[in-house]
Amino acid sequence: MTVKLTAKNVSKLFNDDSGEGARRLAAGESKEEIFKATGVTVGIDDVSFEVQEGEIFVIMGLSGSGKSTIVRTLNGLIPPTSGSIVIDDVDVASCSKEALRNVRRQKITMVFQHFALFPHKTIIDNVAFGLKLKGVDKDERHKQALASLAKVGLDAYANSYPSQLSGGMQQRVGLARGLANDPEILLMDEPFGALDPLIRREMQDELIVLQKELKKTIVFITHDLNEAMILGDRIAIMKDGAFVQVGTAQEIVSDPADDYVRAFVSDIDRSRVFKVSDISNDAAWVKVDATARDALGVMDKAKSDLAYVVERGVPVGLLMRSDALQCPRNTPVREVMFAEPPTISEEAFLNEVYGAAQGGVPMAVTDDDGKLVGVVSQDDIFEQLAADEEEPEAPTEETDEQKQKPAANQPASE
Amino acid sequence: MLDPSQYFTIPFDTWVNDFVRGFLVPNFRPFFRALQVPVNQVLMALDTFLAWVPMLAMTAIFALLAWRIVGKSMALVTIFGFLFVDLIGLWPDTMTTLAMILTSVIFCTILGVPVGILVARSDTTWKIVRPILDVMQTVPSFVYLVPIVMLFGVGMAPGIIATIIFALPPIIRMTNLGIRNVRTDLIEASEAFGATYSQTLFEVQLPLAMRTIMAGLNQTLMLAMSMVVIAALIGAGGLGQVVNTGLGRLDVGGATAGGLGIVVLAIVLDRITQGLVEPSDPNRMTFRQALGTLFSGQKRPPIKQESGSRAAFKGSPIP
Repeated sequence: MTVKLTAKNVSKLFNDDSGEGARRLAAGESKEEIFKATGVTVGIDDVSFEVQEGEIFVIMGLSGSGKSTIVRTLNGLIPPTSGSIVIDDVDVASCSKEALRNVRRQKITMVFQHFALFPHKTIIDNVAFGLKLKGVDKDERHKQALASLAKVGLDAYANSYPSQLSGGMQQRVGLARGLANDPEILLMDEPFGALDPLIRREMQDELIVLQKELKKTIVFITHDLNEAMILGDRIAIMKDGAFVQVGTAQEIVSDPADDYVRAFVSDIDRSRVFKVSDISNDAAWVKVDATARDALGVMDKAKSDLAYVVERGVPVGLLMRSDALQCPRNTPVREVMFAEPPTISEEAFLNEVYGAAQGGVPMAVTDDDGKLVGVVSQDDIFEQLAADEEEPEAPTEETDEQKQKPAANQPASE
Repeated sequence: MLDPSQYFTIPFDTWVNDFVRGFLVPNFRPFFRALQVPVNQVLMALDTFLAWVPMLAMTAIFALLAWRIVGKSMALVTIFGFLFVDLIGLWPDTMTTLAMILTSVIFCTILGVPVGILVARSDTTWKIVRPILDVMQTVPSFVYLVPIVMLFGVGMAPGIIATIIFALPPIIRMTNLGIRNVRTDLIEASEAFGATYSQTLFEVQLPLAMRTIMAGLNQTLMLAMSMVVIAALIGAGGLGQVVNTGLGRLDVGGATAGGLGIVVLAIVLDRITQGLVEPSDPNRMTFRQALGTLFSGQKRPPIKQESGSRAAFKGSPIP
C-alpha cells in the first residue's frame, strides 16, 4: 500500500480577502465568533489526511460540515486558502493551471451528487467527455466510453439522452464517465444522495463489486453513516470543517471519539458493520483420524463443550462433549461426529449469517480456502449486536479484548 | 416668477452642436464612413441574392422551414402571406427589407454574442455594460437618427447601423443570461475533467445557452423589424419607404399595403425563430437539428426511445 493522496493542514475560508479570518482562526477563535466579527465563513479548518492507493476513504458529515468543500479542494475546483494537497508529487493547491488541468485529465475524476450529466449530449458523448477534452479522436473515445458503459451495464443506452434515463441509471452514467478516463483517483460527492433508498442500496453493492475489480483510489463523500460503514475502508467523520475521528467502521462504532460520533453511531445497523471475524472465538479441534479420548482432551483444555473435526484444515464434522462421553474412548471421532457442520465465511457481515445462526449449533468460521479459523455461536452474534444499547461501556472493552488476542488458533496453518 | 430659466439657461444644444460639428464630424468622418463598408457589403450581397432567388423558390424555402420548425398551419400562413405580398406588387421591397433585417441581425449576432459571453464571465464588465444597454433601449428610436445622420449621412447603411444599435441589447442580455444560467454543477463537471475555459464555453455553456440566445435573437429580429419604417426616414429603402411615401402623399392604400407587407414578414420571421426557442416536445430541436431535418424525412431528431427502461435497469448485467 502506497499513499496516493496527501492533504496537509488544508484550510478554506470564504470571503477572507484581508486574511483577518485566518489570523483569528489561528488564534483559536470559533467558527461562529469569526463569522460574527468578520463575515468570514470557515469552510475547512486545518484538515490533514492520507489516502492509500486502492482504498475507499469516506468523508462523512452533515450538511454544512465542509465535506463537499474538501472534496473540491482535492481536484482544485475550490483552491484551499492554505495547506497542500499532493497527488503523486504534484501539489494541486499550488501548481499552475496547466499542471492542474493535466492532473484532472490524467489522474482524478469526479462523480457528482446530481449526476451533472450534460443534457445536450448523448450518453456515450457524456461518458467520452473527458477523453474528448484530452483530444482523443472520436472512434477511440467512443470505444473506450462504450467499454466504460459496459462496466455499469448501460452500453445499450449509448445513444439515449440523460433525460430518458432514471436517476439510478443517470448516476451509473456519471460513474462510467468518471471511469472512462481511467483515473487513479475517483472523487464521489454524495453520488447516491439523490437516489431513492432501494436504488441507493443497489448502487452501493454495485460499487463494492466494481471496486473489487478496479481497485481505484476512491474518496467518497456522504451524509449517511450507514453508507459510510458499508463502503468505507476508512471513514473520516467531519464536523464544523474539521475531522472528528478517522478510522475503520469497526473502530468508529466500537470506540467513538466523542459524544457527537457516539450519537451518530447509536443509529447504526451494527450487523452491517461487524464481520464474523470480529467476533469469532478460538475453536477446539481435532484431526479426523483422532479418537474420542483425544477429542475430550482437547475440549477440556479449551474449556469447550464441542470440538471440530478437521481434515487438512477444513472442518468436516462437529463433535459434542456428550456424544464423546457416551462412546468408548478409543472410538474414532469420525464415527460419532455430526458430518457437515454449518460453516460461515470470516469475511461475512453479521447480517448475512442470521440464517445460518437459526440452527442453534455454533458455526465454524472459515477463511477463503474453507479452512477452519474459529467458531461463532448464536449468542456471540446477539451479544455484539446488542452491546452498545445495553451497556455503553461494554463494547469498548470487549472489542479491545478481541483485538488483543488472535481470533482463532489457526489449525489451517499446520 | 419662480422659474430659474428666467435668469439662467444652459446652452445645451449649442454644446452638442459644437461637439458634433466642431469635433466629431471633421475628425472622425472617415472612421464612421469606414464603418459602413462591411455593412454595405453584406447588405449588397444579401440584397442581390434575395432579389435573384425567384419568388416561388423563396416562398417554398420559408414554407418548408415553417413546416419543419413550427407546423403545417404556419407553413400555410407563410405561403398565403407571401403570395399576397407578391400579388400586391411589394415582393421586391419585401426582399430588400428582409436583406436589411438579416444584415442587422447578422451584425447584432456577431457583436452581441461575444459581448454577451464577455459580460457573462465577469461581474465587473456586466456592471459597466448593463447601464449602456439600458440607455440603448430607453432612447426612443427616432432620437438615434440624429447622430446617425450627422456621422454617417443618409442611405441604406446608416439606416442599418441605427437598426443594429437599436436591436443589439436583447441578444447581449440573453446571451449573458443564458450562459449565467447554465447549472453550476455542469460547469464544475466540465472543469473537473480538465476543460480549458474555451472548452467549457463551446462544449457546455454555449450549447446549453443556445435556447436563451435564440430567444434573444428573436427579440433582436423583432426590434430590427420595428426599426424598418423609422430607418426609412433617413433613406433606408424597402417596405419602410413604401409606408413613408404613402404617408407623405396621404396615400392610405399604399401605406397600408406597405404596413401589411411588414406584418406578414414579421409574423413569419417571429414564428420561425420562436419555434427554435420553444419546441413543443421535451426532446427539443436545436437550430442545427432543424436544418438537419429540413431535407430528411423526419420531423424530429432520431432519438431512440427505450421502452421498459426500468425493467432493463433491474436486469442489467453487472460484471
